[in-house]
Amino acid sequence: MTTIDFYAILPLIILVAWASALLLLDLFFTRKIEGLTPILAALGLLITLVISALNPVAGSTAFNGMIEADGFSSYLQILFAGSGIVGIALAYGYLKRMGINRGEYYPLLLYSISGMILMAQAADLIVVFLALELLSIPLYILAGIARPNPASEEAALKYFLLGAFAGGFVVYGVALSFGATGTTSLSGIVAAVDSGLANMPLLLIGAGLILIGLGFKVALVPFHMWTPDVYHGAPTPLTAFMAVGAKAAGFAALLRIFLAALPVLAGNFVPVFWILSALTMFAGNLIAIVQDNIKRMLAYSSIAHAGYIMMAVVAFGQEFVSKDAVASSLFYLLAYAVTNFGAWSVVIALERAEGKGLQLEDYYGLGKKYPVLAAAMLVFMLSFIGVPPTIGFMGKFYLFRTVLEGGYTWLAVIGVLTSILSAYYYLRVVVNMYMREGDPEIAPDRLVQLVSIVGALAVVLLSVFATPLFRWASRAVLNIF
Amino acid sequence: MTFFTNPLNLVTLFPLVGVLVILLFKQEQKKEIRWTALIVSLITFGLSIWVLTLFDPNNPDLQLVINLSWIEIADWEISYQMGVDGLSILLVLLTTFLTPISLLSTWTAVEDRVKDFMIFFLLLEVGMLGVFLAQDLFLFYVFWEFTLVPMYFLIGIWGGPKRMYAAVKFFLYTMTGSVLMLLAILWLGIYQGTFSVPDLTAMGGIPAQVQLWLFLAFAAAFAIKVPMWPLHSWLPDAHVQAPTAGSVILAGVLLKMGTYGFLRFNIPLFPKAALQAAPWMALLAVIGILYGAAVSYYQKDVKMLVAYSSVSHLGFVMLGLFALNPQGIQGGILQMVNHGISTGALFLLVGMIYERRHTRVMDDFGGLWKVMPVYGALTLVVTLSSMGLPGLNGFAGEFPILLGAFGSEAIGSPWYAGLAALGVILAAVYLLYMFQKLFLGPLDKEENKGLKDLTVRELVTITPLVILIFWIGLYPKPFFTLMAPAVEKLLTIIETASLAMY
Repeated sequence: MTTIDFYAILPLIILVAWASALLLLDLFFTRKIEGLTPILAALGLLITLVISALNPVAGSTAFNGMIEADGFSSYLQILFAGSGIVGIALAYGYLKRMGINRGEYYPLLLYSISGMILMAQAADLIVVFLALELLSIPLYILAGIARPNPASEEAALKYFLLGAFAGGFVVYGVALSFGATGTTSLSGIVAAVDSGLANMPLLLIGAGLILIGLGFKVALVPFHMWTPDVYHGAPTPLTAFMAVGAKAAGFAALLRIFLAALPVLAGNFVPVFWILSALTMFAGNLIAIVQDNIKRMLAYSSIAHAGYIMMAVVAFGQEFVSKDAVASSLFYLLAYAVTNFGAWSVVIALERAEGKGLQLEDYYGLGKKYPVLAAAMLVFMLSFIGVPPTIGFMGKFYLFRTVLEGGYTWLAVIGVLTSILSAYYYLRVVVNMYMREGDPEIAPDRLVQLVSIVGALAVVLLSVFATPLFRWASRAVLNIF
Repeated sequence: MTFFTNPLNLVTLFPLVGVLVILLFKQEQKKEIRWTALIVSLITFGLSIWVLTLFDPNNPDLQLVINLSWIEIADWEISYQMGVDGLSILLVLLTTFLTPISLLSTWTAVEDRVKDFMIFFLLLEVGMLGVFLAQDLFLFYVFWEFTLVPMYFLIGIWGGPKRMYAAVKFFLYTMTGSVLMLLAILWLGIYQGTFSVPDLTAMGGIPAQVQLWLFLAFAAAFAIKVPMWPLHSWLPDAHVQAPTAGSVILAGVLLKMGTYGFLRFNIPLFPKAALQAAPWMALLAVIGILYGAAVSYYQKDVKMLVAYSSVSHLGFVMLGLFALNPQGIQGGILQMVNHGISTGALFLLVGMIYERRHTRVMDDFGGLWKVMPVYGALTLVVTLSSMGLPGLNGFAGEFPILLGAFGSEAIGSPWYAGLAALGVILAAVYLLYMFQKLFLGPLDKEENKGLKDLTVRELVTITPLVILIFWIGLYPKPFFTLMAPAVEKLLTIIETASLAMY
């Protein structure tokens, strides 16, 4: 291991070490100081975040090309670590309140994030698989952490079975790609294709299987079946985190693999991506309309948003557009993360024990009784719809630009029309909050309310002063090619 | 710091000051909140008058321009660009003029959640002014979409029994058109490289075939907003359910955003497509005029009648705009203002009687003239103005429109104007019918006998509108002077395109 190798995976090393130490330490924390675990976990993530942002060996590859430390990975690592911190803030009071305050929650979360951080850097199919498992397995456990709650157990089992299945697809795809090109490294695949030695049909099948596996992770229709049940059954703060982290990690792999290694297959995959994207946007938004449970509604909404991001990926094979494809996906992931955490924080504030407070009717009268919280939720819903001035609008603006640049006008039309479908169910929440009478209760959880308020401010302010974020997202693609 | 000193920006953003102040009040301090909102909106009106004094009517170009770089997205530089010219100055004034009037009308009508109401109303004013002043497509779109949110709440919280349905329908309908426009805006950004409206207008050079698609995408947004037949079905719901102040602003200003959009974007940006589409737009406009008039006649609810009459009246505006000649467009612009004043006033008057009787069904009234003579006289003036009686404002707008449409090369047939003229007669039919049902005949309903005539506050609310009705009707020249050079400039673009085509 050279110095560059070391620095390249420094965030990963720190986080894994931190998580392991925390797992041990937690055993010795008495009741009195058990609140230390989440604080220490957040501290570890903060350190990881800072190091990822500094990115000391920016632009270099490590471990013989298996790991990339570029702008792309740095961007995503910051996103993952940041999401982790917010995820902890949301979980802190919630786990206590629901009586599931188990110390291993936080170390497991850190392990999962370390998998995501590795995923952002993966430049080799083997590493992709490794990262995928590292990020997934802790999530399986976390989904079931509310045991003996049957919904939570069901979520864990379902997530595990389908996730393992998806992992199988990825592994099989990696194997076939290796058979086709004689290598698992992304740059090696490009070289093999260029030299004409690659077995193209085999590579095509391999790539298809990888796509299916990752499609499970990011919840593309028709690989989305697990999402509503798992999002519904898992503890809400974890759902909030999964909706951002797991999705972003899946897209990180998808973007890196298809843009860096497989643009040659664009002819085959563009129609597939096109259909997947259209189907996901349409089905996700359509099914969300009939949901009465806010967790399920947001689950379908998260499916739909995967479809929006997928729109940008459709243009992956076009040299001039692919930069925008990456940058707009990255920006949208950030916009989605901020909005998503905000929306879930309101859900958490209203949730009560035994899954109460999660129906859409439970939002009746929120605008009158808790105007600040309701206003925050309003901002998040508008951001999800894509109404200016919110960051969700800026994200969609850039996404649709990419799609039109790629020449996929009809896909863009489907995209905007499905966003009207989405307006219908997001507005339902607003209608319930402001236009109906009711007497909702919220949990006295300062941390959660802080996330709501800061989130709402961020959604609006980051859209008005969005230039630095757009620059950051654009810089993040420079080294990928 | 041009951002804080530019007069246009000051006018647009000043209502936000009111929002911030109102946020400091408690929900119970209704009186303070009302006065704050009213005073802020009056100052905004004053600021817009200041803009008018700075405005040079002989200059056809954009004036008082503010142009700052704002957001960078990859290689796009989006500007914060505002400006005013003869096409928009009157609409800006209309907005700032109608807002305090609407607020005054809510004094006793809105008792519930006054704080929220005023905040939404002032936010709405910001959005509307931004729409009329923005000269960058991105900025325009931000304001355009933003107006949806406060209006949605005004209908949804303070509206009638079916308010939630109406609010959501309003939102979804309008958004459907808007997002298609967004795609067209993005197309312009990608292939023309800028969102600046003056730059895009000067650049031109969009192939005729593409122009047509872009024209249609923009038209989708604006035609729904106007609303043009057959996209009008959200309007009666929204109008009838909205509280009075909401209806006034909806009819007075929000619908004008649609017609203004055609004028500002569709015609100058896609002149070839505008020429091609003119006969079709005229056809839809005429259908709207006749359909709106016919449906109005069959309404039992006064507010419904006024709502459908908007469909008819805005058909005139569209007909005038797509005549694509000076008379038509100038008449169209003036008619936008006229409709804002007359229909706004009608909604106010309907609101006043509704506050007294809590019904708007015409059969519940009759003979009101005997108990409410002042109210009756004012309603008569407004009704006649809405009908287009010479000497009142409606005539000053409708006449040039018909003249323009009659001789329009772009429309190509005098028949449209002929049929539209029929609409003027139909307007007289349904409006006089309404007046007769309400005010004439015997005062035979027990509940109506004790009705009080207008209060001082109500008189203050309605009088400015009546003054304007007479002013524009008797001496419309200053209004035409304001817009004439800008309209001339717009028409040179059309002429150039027409020469290139034929």
